[in-house]
Amino acid sequence: MTEPVIAVDALEKSYGSVRAVDAISFEVAEGEIFGVVGPNGAGKTTTIECLEGLRAPDGGRVHVLGLDPRRDGDALRERIGAQLQQSALPARLRVGEAMRLFASFYARPLDPEAILEGLGLADRKKVAFAELSGGQKQRLSIALALVGDPQLVFFDELTSGLDPQARHATWDLVRDVRAKGKTVFLTTHYMEEAERLCDRVMIIDAGRIVALDTPAALVRALGAEQRIAFSADGMADEVLGALRATPGVERVEWSGGRVVVYGQSDRLLAPILDVLQDAHLSFHDLQTEQPNLEDVFLAQTGREMRD
Amino acid sequence: MSMRGLPIFIWTQGKLYLREPIATFFTIFFAPLMLVLFGLMYGNEPNEVFGGLGSMDVTVPAYLGIIIVTVGLIGLPIQTSSNRELGILRRYRVTPLRPLTYIVADVTSYWVMALVGVVVLVVVGKLAYDVRFEGSILSVLAGFTLCTLAFLAIGFVIASFAPSARVAQTVGMVVAYPMMFLSGATIPYELLPPTVQRIADFLPLTYVVRLMRGLWVGEPWSDLWLEVGVLTGILVVCGAVSARFFRWE
Repeated sequence: MTEPVIAVDALEKSYGSVRAVDAISFEVAEGEIFGVVGPNGAGKTTTIECLEGLRAPDGGRVHVLGLDPRRDGDALRERIGAQLQQSALPARLRVGEAMRLFASFYARPLDPEAILEGLGLADRKKVAFAELSGGQKQRLSIALALVGDPQLVFFDELTSGLDPQARHATWDLVRDVRAKGKTVFLTTHYMEEAERLCDRVMIIDAGRIVALDTPAALVRALGAEQRIAFSADGMADEVLGALRATPGVERVEWSGGRVVVYGQSDRLLAPILDVLQDAHLSFHDLQTEQPNLEDVFLAQTGREMRD
Repeated sequence: MSMRGLPIFIWTQGKLYLREPIATFFTIFFAPLMLVLFGLMYGNEPNEVFGGLGSMDVTVPAYLGIIIVTVGLIGLPIQTSSNRELGILRRYRVTPLRPLTYIVADVTSYWVMALVGVVVLVVVGKLAYDVRFEGSILSVLAGFTLCTLAFLAIGFVIASFAPSARVAQTVGMVVAYPMMFLSGATIPYELLPPTVQRIADFLPLTYVVRLMRGLWVGEPWSDLWLEVGVLTGILVVCGAVSARFFRWE
């Protein structure tokens, strides 16, 4: 087994009397997209900043690429790339200049032109930072995080403030980063983003780990029921009976032309479609509702994510 | 110690400086403009008040002080605190760029900007008023460098303690502008009333003006030990204070 890229043991950090991070431990493996998710103030940024060496932990041990971020900061910073929350560039600095400047900081930088090309910024090289759109600024911040050819990349709230379309496009870019063999550590307060993008998710709240696993395992562990609903003009009793008899189905409701099937299995849809097919029943407006990470957070903390 | 990134950083900082119209105006065009205005009023005829020199002959080296104070007390504190406020300094901190490299690059780019201002001022003074120069270019350059470093160090102290760019700007201007008029930088020391002259003796800029005027007319360094001592002291003390209290975020 290879050494973890990040190893954190009982990390603690307080600001005054507030415990921002309260004895959390976790490991991140090479090549993972690892996400930290939680509401504002949960300790996400504090955690990432301890890993980057921007903050000194009050307690616990932190190893990143086998290095102590505070003691071996210079060596570590050669091998990581980072996008920071609430960090800008000089307003009049142009995209191409920013890339050349940041490339000059590293011992073995990648070709800035190629990175800009890959992120769709090649035609923006002469544009000043202040003139870029929100999505372009984020793409530039990814480009700057990659220019030093890092093994590990940190993204802190990479997609906050972006519209859904730009957010989805950014997810593809993050997947590309991982496809290049880099490990990605990111924070987000979008549950959907964590679920869709991350291999493993650590949910934190008030500085403590609430749950840590793959998104699918977290949802499965919840044991929450799945719902499949559809509309049908007529419904024979024997069809309802067949649905009730389908493995995994717990109950079926039928009212006002709409059928709702409840069950535990995450393989509910195919057998139900088979039943409808066999009965030659015409249906429309089929919807499936699966429990997601929002439900995991709700179940674990008793609160909605968005407060 | 590695200074990787230094040349590109200096070049980038210089370009960014020139893209700020207000900073460029006050560093490069303000002093020559004032020189022309006062030259129109007073001319450059020899005057016994200035020991036989003309008004412009003493004004050009004194105006070096205006450029130095503008760059050091207004340009640097505003730029540095605003870079901190915007998280730009934090962003540099997660790269291998060393803090010392950042500071050396920053100081060098301000020094170059001030030097550009000085060259424009001297060329205008020479062309418009045939200003007399009896010193050595090397000595003037060395003196100018000492003065600039001392004032950049004061600027770093302001940037270290100012909680925001707005505060840095206010503090810089409140310190800089009265000093420009009370130190002999704008109005020659000889023309200040005795009370103001006594105030001037406590202002750092007065020592810049004295040193530059002295070197301009070829006074030997040995006659200027007080000025050199005061400015070196400012550089050392302010350098140490900002090394201790400078914040990157």
